[in-house]
Amino acid sequence: MNTHYRDAAGPYFGDYGGRWMPESLVAALDEVADTFAKAKADPEFTDEYFRLCREYTGRPSLLTEAKRFASEAGHARIFLKREDLNHTGSHKINNVLGQALIARRLGKTRLIAETGAGQHGVATATAAALFGMDCVVYMGSADTRRQALNVARMQLLGAEVIAVDHGAQTLKDAINEALRDWVASVETTHYVLGTVAGPHPFPEMVRWFHQIIGEEAREQILTQTGRLPDAVAACVGGGSNAIGIFHGFLDDPGVELFGYEAGGDGVETGRHASAITLGRSGVLHGARSYLMQDEDGQTVDSHSISAGLDYPSVGPQHAYLNDQGRVTYQPVTDADCMSAFESLCRTEGIIPAIESAHALAGAARLSAEWGPEGAEKVIIVNLSGRGDKDVATAAEWFDLLPDQESDIETADAAAPEVGVQA
Amino acid sequence: MTAVLQSKSAAAIDAAAAEGRAAFIGYLPAGYPDKETSIQAAIALIENGADILEVGIPYSDPVMDGPVIQQATTEVLARGFRISEVFEIVQAVTEATGAAVLVMTYYNLIDRMGAEEFARRLAAAGGAGAITPDLIPDEAEDWLAATDKYGLDRIFLSAPTSGPERAQMVAEASRGFVYGVSIMGVTGTRDSVSDVAEQVVEASKAAGARRVCVGLGVSARSHVEEIGSYADGVIVGTALVAALRDGGPEAVGELARQLSGKS
Ligand SMILES: Cc1ncc(COP(=O)(O)O)c(C=O)c1O
Repeated sequence: MNTHYRDAAGPYFGDYGGRWMPESLVAALDEVADTFAKAKADPEFTDEYFRLCREYTGRPSLLTEAKRFASEAGHARIFLKREDLNHTGSHKINNVLGQALIARRLGKTRLIAETGAGQHGVATATAAALFGMDCVVYMGSADTRRQALNVARMQLLGAEVIAVDHGAQTLKDAINEALRDWVASVETTHYVLGTVAGPHPFPEMVRWFHQIIGEEAREQILTQTGRLPDAVAACVGGGSNAIGIFHGFLDDPGVELFGYEAGGDGVETGRHASAITLGRSGVLHGARSYLMQDEDGQTVDSHSISAGLDYPSVGPQHAYLNDQGRVTYQPVTDADCMSAFESLCRTEGIIPAIESAHALAGAARLSAEWGPEGAEKVIIVNLSGRGDKDVATAAEWFDLLPDQESDIETADAAAPEVGVQA
Repeated sequence: MTAVLQSKSAAAIDAAAAEGRAAFIGYLPAGYPDKETSIQAAIALIENGADILEVGIPYSDPVMDGPVIQQATTEVLARGFRISEVFEIVQAVTEATGAAVLVMTYYNLIDRMGAEEFARRLAAAGGAGAITPDLIPDEAEDWLAATDKYGLDRIFLSAPTSGPERAQMVAEASRGFVYGVSIMGVTGTRDSVSDVAEQVVEASKAAGARRVCVGLGVSARSHVEEIGSYADGVIVGTALVAALRDGGPEAVGELARQLSGKS
């Protein structure tokens, strides 16, 4: 088995990755790859990038111990890497600021992006505003409904949001539409792909912009506990927040790494988004990776309560890390995710993104599995985003939305009861 | 390029050239609106002037297709289309017309079946080969081996943005012809054909391509004439699909007559 995984370069990660793309885009991909390679070796670029991370995003993000959450789950100590505290509310901003700088170097004046949960779209709209660029965000129309608040945020930031009605009307269809735009607009436009998927150099480049998560977390856990963690947990949609935090620990063989895919209603039902767990290799959106597909090779629609994980494939480096056995990937169902979501809200006063709640559920499960022997163990969970955008979905899940007048406790009706019980 | 292999599409292009014209290549989606009608439409297309047929395989994520073709292929998928239907259509049309029939397919459909098995079945159906819009020669090792083994044409795309090196790689990997992408964009009709197309043909020929056919955006006889003056073949898709949608196989035949200058 390989023991060196850090800094893996594209285009291939083992059998995965590559460029399964129309010829029309190859020149643009070469240009991006070339510009990125030079930029990351150029102090002027890296200084500017890290300055933005500090002064705009608010990095380093905190590492917070979640004692009450941890004690509900089991015996291990659980720490949260607080990407939810970043400007715009998730890890997505790390990548977007980096790519906006790349776009500027390329002389591009227009940014396009796909978005699922809306977090990447919001981050891209934010960077476009900051850099004075035009911005168009493609979003599946099913997602514009479940993430309506983020649509408004993008519009407030000056972006045009285009609802995509084709196919499943979710993230993969938004990517298709963004690619169609890019083929026609590549002269002026940079496509800010939002995760570590897609054709080379995106998996390598997007990872590079998120590595900061893992580097910070490694330092912070050493400072706060004097040791490396036993496990690191992250949710996996395309896999950007996961690879970002994993990267810091990839070459620490004592640190177990866990990626949690969206299990939807359960992998056995077919209604899920667990591409790695399903285990079929294929090519989609420019990369060879694990892909949810039927016997003919048609993409199967994914399902998840979380728009940000509702993607039928996964970044190629994750496929490789799975095959190498370096990272363990497991599904987490909607139900388990939402109970971890509720638990974090109530025990820590932190409302997580539903995406991130998959990682919380996975960590809770891990701690429970360890039992009392886990008492000395430490888990870091990448809390990739905050849950403001998910309040409507959660309220529906927990049946908090009053649909009849009688459900609303008025002050008048409630007052005597409180008095009696008190 | 292996000289001993007989390329069916090259032969069709050469036959047109012998008549002093560019070949006319028509695209229709497999199984649209249903299997029988799609076979009839394809036959009408060939009988009314098309030299080569492209049968598009409906795919869940057609990133190179515009709204008209997407709409058609989405409908086909929604009725439970399976890949085996394509080989039946290729066989029926080949037997009825003797024309060169290519499939146009996104690569994952080949990958899933296995390049070799896909090539075997396509050759067994009498197909001429395949156009693969999202496969670049850099990733084509399996497909090159499979098409060599079964003597199939493999058509790669050359774009306005392909530099000399890539144009050469595409020319060397292709058999039958090189598909010259006339515009930066997806399929769909355009009012005029940009002069970029001519440059793509020139660059591709300079890079060693023997036959270059141009597609994307072609919808009128005037485009066919204009492109036919410098390219070896002219590819029409969306306009034919719209005709099939609105007027069935008869309308396809009618449009084919116009496009090929027969009426
Ligand atoms: C908060 C949050 N976490 C995770 C994801 C999933 O993306 P990735 O797997 O690339 O981190 C998203 C995507 O929208 C997100 O918004």
